Amino acid sequence: MNHIKLLLVDDEKPFLDTLTKRLEKREINISAVYSGKDALAELEKNKSIDVVILDVKMPGMDGIFTLVEIKKSFPLVEVIMLTGHATVETAIDGMKLGAFDYLMKPCDIDVLIDKAREALEKKRKHEEKIMDARMKEITDRMI
Amino acid sequence: MEQFLSDRKVFYQVLTRKIIVLILVVSLFPLVLTTGTLVYRFHLAYTEKVQAHISELVQKHTQNMDTFLSEKLGNIRYLARQFDNNKRSPKIFLEKNLELLKNEYGEVFTDLGLVDESGIQFAYEGPFRLENADYSAAEWFIKAIDKPFYISDVFAGLRGHPHFIIAVKVRSNGSDYILRSTINFGAFNSLVENIHIGKTGMAFLINSKGQLQTQTNVELKQSIVSTMVDPSCYKNNETVFAKKKDASGNKYLCVTSMLKNIDWLMVFRQDLHDAFRDLWKTQLLTLVIFIFGCIAILSVTFTLPRNIVKLIARADQKSESMNQQVVESGRLATIGELAAGIAHEINNPVAIMVEEAGWIEDLLEEEDVKECENLGEFTRALKQIHTQGIRCKEITHKLLSFARKTDYTINDVQINDTVMEIVSLTDHMARYNSVIIETKLNEGIPCIRISPSELQQVILNLINNAIDAMEKTGGTIIVETKISDIEKNHLVISIEDNGPGIPKDNLGRIFDPFFTTKAVGKGTGLGLSICYGIILKMGGKIDVQSQVGVGTKFRIWISFQEDIVENTGNEIESAIKGE
Repeated sequence: MNHIKLLLVDDEKPFLDTLTKRLEKREINISAVYSGKDALAELEKNKSIDVVILDVKMPGMDGIFTLVEIKKSFPLVEVIMLTGHATVETAIDGMKLGAFDYLMKPCDIDVLIDKAREALEKKRKHEEKIMDARMKEITDRMI
Repeated sequence: MEQFLSDRKVFYQVLTRKIIVLILVVSLFPLVLTTGTLVYRFHLAYTEKVQAHISELVQKHTQNMDTFLSEKLGNIRYLARQFDNNKRSPKIFLEKNLELLKNEYGEVFTDLGLVDESGIQFAYEGPFRLENADYSAAEWFIKAIDKPFYISDVFAGLRGHPHFIIAVKVRSNGSDYILRSTINFGAFNSLVENIHIGKTGMAFLINSKGQLQTQTNVELKQSIVSTMVDPSCYKNNETVFAKKKDASGNKYLCVTSMLKNIDWLMVFRQDLHDAFRDLWKTQLLTLVIFIFGCIAILSVTFTLPRNIVKLIARADQKSESMNQQVVESGRLATIGELAAGIAHEINNPVAIMVEEAGWIEDLLEEEDVKECENLGEFTRALKQIHTQGIRCKEITHKLLSFARKTDYTINDVQINDTVMEIVSLTDHMARYNSVIIETKLNEGIPCIRISPSELQQVILNLINNAIDAMEKTGGTIIVETKISDIEKNHLVISIEDNGPGIPKDNLGRIFDPFFTTKAVGKGTGLGLSICYGIILKMGGKIDVQSQVGVGTKFRIWISFQEDIVENTGNEIESAIKGE
């Protein structure tokens, strides 16, 4: 459970940097990018990423668009939306599109970690089910 | 604003003047024209009529007079011819014929006489003893001796009585005689005296020298009569109409006509004001009506435009304050948007600050820093930064949530949240005025489908009013929400204060637009009427109870439908869960 691999996506560099430092101090494997495009590239490169924490408001590719792209290419990766209060509706839209949950800025770091763990748990269960199904398929074939 | 007001004033003055001039021109011009034309035409027609009437009368009498004279002349000439053939004694002839004439014509012929060439009346028949009277020096005799016949002017004669004479020359037995007859002046005079019109209309005859030939009721001085007419300018058979002025300044009508048989003038005289009395009466009446009409028009002209302009000014004022209201609300909306933008922008730096504080907190956990003597202070300061950051977040979130709800879209609204938002917004201001806002929000009130920002506007207005009312004294506002006991499927929001209350006289008018008790410029008087409109549009109702010195209570009823509300509630929940 502890070996969670997080990807942080936000255009606010100071925020992201500090958050990265704090999470790293809590021994969480983390990588940070500053745009939606970079996030997709990072996911492509690093298949071990479990949870993406994604800012809703970003220049260029915005949160919702990035979310759709992530879910298209990496359906198993869980996404947590990060939002200012003004964009709660967008966060809700995001959840309708398959995001796991949303967080409001500024957020408590412990809450963030808890949410990330929940997401990881969900992902693990999901993967387990897939694994079970595969195994069942293989065993069925064997019989 | 001052400039604008003075401009307005000038505009109103110009407008008033324009309307006044327009009304005056449009109403007075036709009135003057019509009245003038009518009066003038009537004057012409009436004058013509009077003139024609009098002329006809005079002409008729002139003819009568002519007939009378020629008849009498004819009689005498007939007698003269008979005498010519008659050899009887002249005395008997005269006696017999005078009797015949008197039988025939009454007292017209006074006497008959025969005068010889030397002027001695050798035969006479009549009431006077005029036998052998000597006429040789008489004017009529001198004139008559040269002509076949002659009618004399009226004169006193030998007897001293006014009379006139018809004389006819007779040629008999080689010598000339004159047969003369005196015509009774009374009988002749009555012919003229009968002409009377109005009070001053009268007729008389004058001879070519301007001497009166008839008696008149009114004494006319000979000199006046003689200046009245100039006989030389009259032709036969024509009436002359003239207006003249006598010595004392009286204007009079003078109608004259020439007799055919003799150089006498028939003169009819009537004072102008008498002759045209009816005309002048009508003109006076018209004038009075005209003046009254003018007065009426003038009074309307000077009151109506003022009232109209006053109404316009009042309407302008209303629209002006409306405009201000609109501008004000527009400004508020802009400020709201601006605030929302700022809040959103502030959110990010605040997040960074909180994060940085958290990072330092993390770092303080390290061993080497723990020995620092100021560690306690560091931790406290960071905690403080964190707390204040959270506070900033709350403020910006409140601003954002309020700004976001300034749209008028209809949503499912949980009334308690709406009320709480407004209460927390006004709480600050209330505390400044030492007013405490208490809430009694009952649970279990279903959602209602309304525009939340509109409802907030209403509640905000009511709370603000209550705070304004208790500005000086301070007090308590109780905001309560519950399901109505009276109305089925209605919820009630009541806002109650213990302020000075509303006087009974004003209570019926507080929802009227532009009704305000606040000082000029402080309130528009629109707040409550807008509230009333909003609540009415929602299908709810609003009422007020107030007692002076005790307080005021506004209640808002809004209906809900339980089934629909629950369904939509579920839908939203499932949507949020993303299932």
